[in-house]
Amino acid sequence: MATQVTFSEVKNNGLGYWGVLGFFGLLVLGGVFAFLHMHEGHYTTGMNNQVVWGIPHVFAIFLIVAASGAANIATIGTVFGQDVYKPQGRLSLALAGSLLFGGLVVLLLDLGSLGHVIEMAKGALNFKSIFAWNMILYSGFLLIITLYNWTMMDRRKIAKKLYKPLGIVNMAWRFMLTMGTGSIFGFLVARQYYDAAILAPLFIVSSYVFGTAIYSLVLMASFKLTGRDLGDIVLNRLRNSMAVYLVLVLFFEMTRHLTNLYATEHHAVEAYILTGDSIFTSLFWYGQIILGSLVPMFLVWCRFFKNNRLAHVTAAVLAVIGGMIQIYVILIGGQSFPLILFPNAEVSSAFFDGVNNAYTATMSEYLLGIGGVGLAVALVIVGMKGLRLLPTSLADDVIDPLNLEKK
Amino acid sequence: MSDINSYRRKFLGGLAGTAAVATVAPGVFLREVQAKPAGEAVSEKVRWGMLIDINKLDDGGDACIEACKKEHGWGNDPKSNDAQQAQWIRKVKVTEKMTGHEVTLPVMCQHCETAPCVDVCPTGASMKRADGIVQVNKHICIGCRYCMMACPYKARSFVHETIVDQRPDTPRGKGTVESCNMCVNRVDEGKNPACVDAAPQAMLFGDLNDDDSPISQALKKFGGTQIRADLGLNTGVRYWGI
Ligand code: SF4
Ligand code: SF4
Repeated sequence: MATQVTFSEVKNNGLGYWGVLGFFGLLVLGGVFAFLHMHEGHYTTGMNNQVVWGIPHVFAIFLIVAASGAANIATIGTVFGQDVYKPQGRLSLALAGSLLFGGLVVLLLDLGSLGHVIEMAKGALNFKSIFAWNMILYSGFLLIITLYNWTMMDRRKIAKKLYKPLGIVNMAWRFMLTMGTGSIFGFLVARQYYDAAILAPLFIVSSYVFGTAIYSLVLMASFKLTGRDLGDIVLNRLRNSMAVYLVLVLFFEMTRHLTNLYATEHHAVEAYILTGDSIFTSLFWYGQIILGSLVPMFLVWCRFFKNNRLAHVTAAVLAVIGGMIQIYVILIGGQSFPLILFPNAEVSSAFFDGVNNAYTATMSEYLLGIGGVGLAVALVIVGMKGLRLLPTSLADDVIDPLNLEKK
Repeated sequence: MSDINSYRRKFLGGLAGTAAVATVAPGVFLREVQAKPAGEAVSEKVRWGMLIDINKLDDGGDACIEACKKEHGWGNDPKSNDAQQAQWIRKVKVTEKMTGHEVTLPVMCQHCETAPCVDVCPTGASMKRADGIVQVNKHICIGCRYCMMACPYKARSFVHETIVDQRPDTPRGKGTVESCNMCVNRVDEGKNPACVDAAPQAMLFGDLNDDDSPISQALKKFGGTQIRADLGLNTGVRYWGI
């Protein structure tokens, strides 16, 4: 059974390993370069006093939310006792920690000054602020997954004993963390598009999609590149659950928009996002809904693609892109819609009152965000070399020696 | 503290009744009396506020805006584009959809009593002074801009570049957020905010907690509109003529 799965470090010392690592390292370098550029001041970016959070925040939020979802693989193994998932716990947690770290670095570097980052670390914290709480939740999460991963990797009794309790703590913590991240928006009462409690649960289900998709990609790539066997049982579980999570996200998105439409004061912003002629409307329908949700669901559930790995990879990539677009529409679209100072009146000023705010990200903002992704993946790659994160095989007969899963 | 007080009250009350309290422990008794209306004790302090009669602002507030720029030195950051330029106070034209009625008014930080910008700030840089003035402590602002997301009035600006040639009383810094601070520097010297002095016929500055102050009297008599009163922020800036 799954408990007999053995693990090993990545032994490959050739060009392959260093080439892949080097590629992601270059992305990190790009991010560093972008940071140095933005250090000049945010006038070098497309962000401004109307759209105050931009592409770096889209990446950061995406990575942080995805981190929570990536750790879900471990949760299913530990808390819900699913043997198929148990041997995947180590990679799941390493990936989760790396994604979170990457996201946090982007968030902090967007502040544009190392001095500010240090101030943040020194931490005068205002405990009324959900932002401050999130910083605690994020650091706590890093600590918990480190311990949790240790319980998986250490053979001592104490580790075995703590395995399940930590799995449960981790699950609860993740729940709070994702809720907390979603709640960043919940506190913005005056912003029409964010004025909805449902954003918090929406973020939770979205985290499952992002995390499962990224995890699948990392799993497939690392097994392929290190010549390990990966069977259909594992992959089919992953792809099916991803598709189910996509359905859940669609459900919560629908509920969110319908409840917003129920409240008259939100009609204008809903119309702006859902039926307007702005970029957000196309991004929402074509990007998030069709490309990012329906197409991946089709690729997963269409019989024709059964056990087709290319279809799985494509579905996961699309789900990731769709997820980024989802965050983009929420974050940037929500800021693009003007604040309502006077209901029932038209307003105008020299400070962009009453107009839909435009935002065009600059190259450095993209580079910073992508640098965070690069950092996350690079950390996982390094982790695989230093630690026994990867099972030597996840072939069907290793996962399911008794053939219980075969129909 | 309150435990001790209630213990004392019980103890002394049991001993000889209220009269005894006054004689046996006058200090304790007095503190009790003051501590009870704790809310009032705070409200007896100053709360600075402003009243703007927009009908008397024939320029819609241009003079105020100019005075503010001059006082604090914002609005001309060479590298920032229009959307990145700071704007502590701006002139907003409001046209009612049904009637077409048009008014123009200056909008700046409304110095909310329950200020969203203060609640969300992770470091406490966005703060409200005891006298009700809301401002940013530049030293601990990390530039996260969460307060800008939270402010319903778009009152805050981020400084997008290194600032040279600052006004001595108004430090501005790249990567920090700023907004109207009711000219704390002037107020602390007993002066009016710059905008008020630029439009004395239309603006009144004073202590909202002092029933006898001209601003309190005027508000008591004629009321004063808050922008987005529905948000329940109890703003320190009030308007006539909206
Ligand atoms: S108007 Fe905005 S910046 Fe001023 S106190 Fe209110 S929330 Fe804060
Ligand atoms: S930008 Fe500064 S003042 Fe505003 S919330 Fe962040 S730390 Fe606080």
